[in-house]
Amino acid sequence: MELTSPESIRFALEGTGYLADDDLATVVYLAHGMQRPLLLEGEPGTGKTALAEALAQLADVPLIRLQCYEGIDATQALYDWDFPRQILHLRTLEAASKVGELDANEAEKSLFDERFLLARPVLQALREAPAVLLIDEVDRADDEFEAFLLEVLSSWSVSIPELGTVTAVTPPTVVLTSNRTRELHDALKRRCLYHWIDHPGLAREVAIVRSRLPEVSRRLAEQVAGLVQQLRDQQLLKPPGVAETLDWARALHRLGVDEIDLETASRTLGAVVKYREDTDRVKQALDRMLAG
Amino acid sequence: MSLGIAHEPDEILLGFTRALRSAGLAVTHDRATSFLEAASLVGVGDPTATYRAGVATLCGSPDDLVRYSHVFEAWFGAREQLPRTVAREKSREISPPLPMGEPGEELGESVPDVVQAAASDVELLRHRDVAHLKPDEKALLDAMIRALVPRLPRRRAGRRTPWRRGELDMHRTLRTTLRQMGEPGRVEHRRRGTTPRRVVLLVDVSASMRPYVDAILRLAHLVTTSPATMGPKVEVFSLGTRLTRLTLPLRNSDPELALVRAGETVPDWSGGTRLGETLRAFLDRWGARGMARGAVVVVFSDGWERGDASELGQQMQRLHRLAHRVVWVNPHRGKEGYEPVQQGIEAALPHCDEFIAGHSLQAFAEVLEVVGRA
Repeated sequence: MELTSPESIRFALEGTGYLADDDLATVVYLAHGMQRPLLLEGEPGTGKTALAEALAQLADVPLIRLQCYEGIDATQALYDWDFPRQILHLRTLEAASKVGELDANEAEKSLFDERFLLARPVLQALREAPAVLLIDEVDRADDEFEAFLLEVLSSWSVSIPELGTVTAVTPPTVVLTSNRTRELHDALKRRCLYHWIDHPGLAREVAIVRSRLPEVSRRLAEQVAGLVQQLRDQQLLKPPGVAETLDWARALHRLGVDEIDLETASRTLGAVVKYREDTDRVKQALDRMLAG
Repeated sequence: MSLGIAHEPDEILLGFTRALRSAGLAVTHDRATSFLEAASLVGVGDPTATYRAGVATLCGSPDDLVRYSHVFEAWFGAREQLPRTVAREKSREISPPLPMGEPGEELGESVPDVVQAAASDVELLRHRDVAHLKPDEKALLDAMIRALVPRLPRRRAGRRTPWRRGELDMHRTLRTTLRQMGEPGRVEHRRRGTTPRRVVLLVDVSASMRPYVDAILRLAHLVTTSPATMGPKVEVFSLGTRLTRLTLPLRNSDPELALVRAGETVPDWSGGTRLGETLRAFLDRWGARGMARGAVVVVFSDGWERGDASELGQQMQRLHRLAHRVVWVNPHRGKEGYEPVQQGIEAALPHCDEFIAGHSLQAFAEVLEVVGRA
């Protein structure tokens, strides 16, 4: 696929069912052209992770996902040696050879072999490139991990002392997502292209529901998207994201509803609103919102 | 973008990055270079594309986006009269740090001497109300605040650390075995370790708190920069009519400079109070996403709420549900005959774990103690 302009990216993404606006398409185009990682921030449920999936589908390459959490370190992101198998291997060698015949050097060498290497996501992405590497919720990881990422993202290579250096032939497309639970280090941000994903407008949200859930009727999609748009103005504790819109439309469709009324809406409210305080507030305002 | 005088596109774009830098964005040289590269990729002739290229390469947070769009408009937008001016946030009143009684240089290296020489005053000062100090006493107090030792509370971590008993550590046991060429060795154990808990300081900078804000910010600066507590686990925000993040300005190691930086950052210094709304802004933008979750949150405020206090009550309840511990520090509490009768404090108190005074050095030390063992 030729990705020569932001528009072509937008069309290509549309082909995978991901509806991007022009801003996002431009950033993706730049990330592609400048071979820079893409740092996406935004409210939960605005399609940050989905973009990485769409990009992988678009280029027909594997998506490799690294979920970050507090305390994640290089052995979980890069590679690790399979200790139990190494010991088994050693035992087998011992049992198979006669006393005095086991060459210690050879035995050690055979321990640090490809087959005992557990490739974790980053190494996997470098080896399998072209690939899309999704580093999800990087804000949950520690600062040290960021510094480590910085090193990999700038050189596209990883050195394993026992085996040598692994360098990516073509750098993988890297997407980092963050929910902003803490400020990322500026050095990491500087290396990435930044984009803040907002909630979509009404027309685009309807289009998203239609493209993701073709079985849902147009009328229902419009109603659901319209209600969710209103919900976002209600100062809820957790404003619903696109993911919730899709969930709600799916739930209503399952119940065989073609048009929302007050009763079905309040019965399925659990798909969009996840706090008791929010539920109370929405239930009070629901009839007004349905009328308007 | 037609200009009267012809300039190279590079020059115009680089000038734009300079303007952004003076407007407060962290534009470094490599960012500027990426911007040029991105702009040439999307085509410099197209203003919207250039705008988007700049957002992607020069901005790093939603706060940056607003400033960026202002500067972009001012730089590239059509206008009649020159010279060009860069849109800056309007200048605001900064309350200067109180003057030092004696020449200020004494504060630098000779802090221990100052404290020692004044040892007899120290005991008196410990319990004095910060609001009623003379300038020279204030200088001494600042040095004494520097001498306090903050400590971060700790929580159980997911990560295991070696221990002499507890659950079996397969990984390390196998490694020992491997080191001995497969000969079974010692059985190793491990347990869950501890890690520092996040501490969030919310400082009310409204007019009613004015006599105390300087000392409280010094305390916040101490917690932000002290070797035992510095790092990503401490966050400071100011509350007032709006929410401002002070963590970065306060990370400066020089307290005077840090306070001046903080003063430059806060737009609503000594203004009114909308505690409930700013608290909601904190929870929406930072707190609920993880910053307040499991953290020790300290609110320095007298609880003077303009308007309806029910919002404050609701937000405090929300904060209390997210945070590990909520500590309310009220400078007026240390005064004789104080009763928590203000609307705001009445609404907030049911949702606080601790309610302590914050008017003297002694009280500040107590705050650090409460935070440290939370």
